[in-house]
Amino acid sequence: MVSRPPSARQLERVAYRRRQTVRSVIVAAISTLCVGLLLGFAIVGAPGWERVRTRFFDPEVAWRYLPDILDGLWLNVRLLFFCALGALTVGLAVALVRTLRPSVFFPLRVLATSYTYVFRGAPLIIVLYLFVFGVPGLRLQGTPTVLVLGGIALVITYGAYLAEVFRAGIESIHPSQRAAARSLGLTYRQTMRHIVLPQAVRRVAPPILNDLVALQKDVGLISLAGPIDAIRAAQIATAETFDYTPYVVAGVLFVLLAIPLIAVTDALTVRAARRQSAEGSW
Amino acid sequence: MFAVFGAVACAPQETTPTPTTGDACAKENLQTQTAGQLTIATDDPSFPPWVVDNEPENKEGFESAVAYAVAAELGFTDAEVTWVRVPFNAAIQPGPKDFDFDINQFSITDERREAVDFSSPYYDVRQAVVTVAGSPIEGATSLADLADARLGVQVGTTSYQTVIDVIEPTVEPSVLNTNEDVVAQLSNGTIDGAVFDLPTAFFVTAVELENGMIVGQLPLLEGSTPEQFGLLLDKDSPLTSCVSDAVDALRADGTLASLETEWLADVAGAPELT
Repeated sequence: MVSRPPSARQLERVAYRRRQTVRSVIVAAISTLCVGLLLGFAIVGAPGWERVRTRFFDPEVAWRYLPDILDGLWLNVRLLFFCALGALTVGLAVALVRTLRPSVFFPLRVLATSYTYVFRGAPLIIVLYLFVFGVPGLRLQGTPTVLVLGGIALVITYGAYLAEVFRAGIESIHPSQRAAARSLGLTYRQTMRHIVLPQAVRRVAPPILNDLVALQKDVGLISLAGPIDAIRAAQIATAETFDYTPYVVAGVLFVLLAIPLIAVTDALTVRAARRQSAEGSW
Repeated sequence: MFAVFGAVACAPQETTPTPTTGDACAKENLQTQTAGQLTIATDDPSFPPWVVDNEPENKEGFESAVAYAVAAELGFTDAEVTWVRVPFNAAIQPGPKDFDFDINQFSITDERREAVDFSSPYYDVRQAVVTVAGSPIEGATSLADLADARLGVQVGTTSYQTVIDVIEPTVEPSVLNTNEDVVAQLSNGTIDGAVFDLPTAFFVTAVELENGMIVGQLPLLEGSTPEQFGLLLDKDSPLTSCVSDAVDALRADGTLASLETEWLADVAGAPELT
């Protein structure tokens, strides 16, 4: 390849595109500014703004209760880590069982299918109540703490969602790929491990991460069993001050916590799109 | 709605006889429902430790004892006290009353003050620790005995603040949405004890909790305003200030404190924890 100087027409084209880019950036900036100002005036100019500001955005209250809320958030983070691991494991295992073909596994398939039906339908809060108030009531030796029981409830519920996502991924791999793998002499296990799952998991990574973002918010529901998570810490603070600022603080912290996960999801989606389409990213 | 509004205007003061002496709170100057008699109301049924055997006439139980003490302070003998029964929710409605005052664990609130009068408070609601037989804190006698216990409280209550500031627990308390959840965890053994306000503690141990017992009462939280019980009177009743004076006098001379010890701490089994 010999690099030649671009033609005059090419230069003109490049310059035109640059001008267009600059213009669209300026237009976007102005319209963003206008919308921002309008929203700002609508909120700040509202007759009740002063009252809302002192009851929802009091920096002094926010600062005072930040340590308590962070303590609670640490519980959310730990729970999220362990529950995510558990739910991914359960989800993948159940998906594999549901996609087993031999008829001898029929009872297992029925169990796996009923599990996904029941726990995707059952409200999480009721599953939690059953586990944290019902199970200890049996008074069995070695009953785990309510924190562990609540974690199990979360894993079971989210495992059902993730199982369906994994199954969709597995079934989206064309049967010819399995047939090809088997004809090359790979066992069922090898086919799943080397051919099907790598493609399936890559395909469903965005919806899985999406479910994990949802899980991040739902782990806090465990506070109904007594442990103090970020939202509960905010609730306690609100009861003390009659001020909703602690809730806003907790909300902001949750958003900050979700941003990395959401960013990873977006990046993965973009990468997958780029890889799968000859057109490149869009 | 059973409020009969026009009747408020017919309060007894229009038929006021000229006081015969200067002392407005002298017995003969009190405009009671029935001259020379004091009509006191409470709910039916009413329960220990407030009223014993559902017979307020027997002077047993904290509220019955307080009612007779107030009557005596106003100059009425026991024989001049008549009891009537008024449901709690009816008493706090606006409208004419057929009693001089009602004693039925009425918490004094500004909202209720819109509809009725309250005397000075005769009782500051205390927090109490409840447990079940066989729990590690059964038989605890001091705050130190409770420090390592797993305690449950309802969120957003004085109970939570009291646990944190008075007991100073080493284990994070279990903070639950409702009192029912607290009771459930206590009977499951997930927590060792629970903190309620004392009236709730009596109810929980008597009705909701199998093998439940009160460990004791906690000291009042410093710097906070506790919930207070007051005698309820008709709105703008001519008796309110006199009844309040009587309650204040009973508080000043220690009668209220000793009745509280007798009926709530000793008889009902809720000793002071220190």
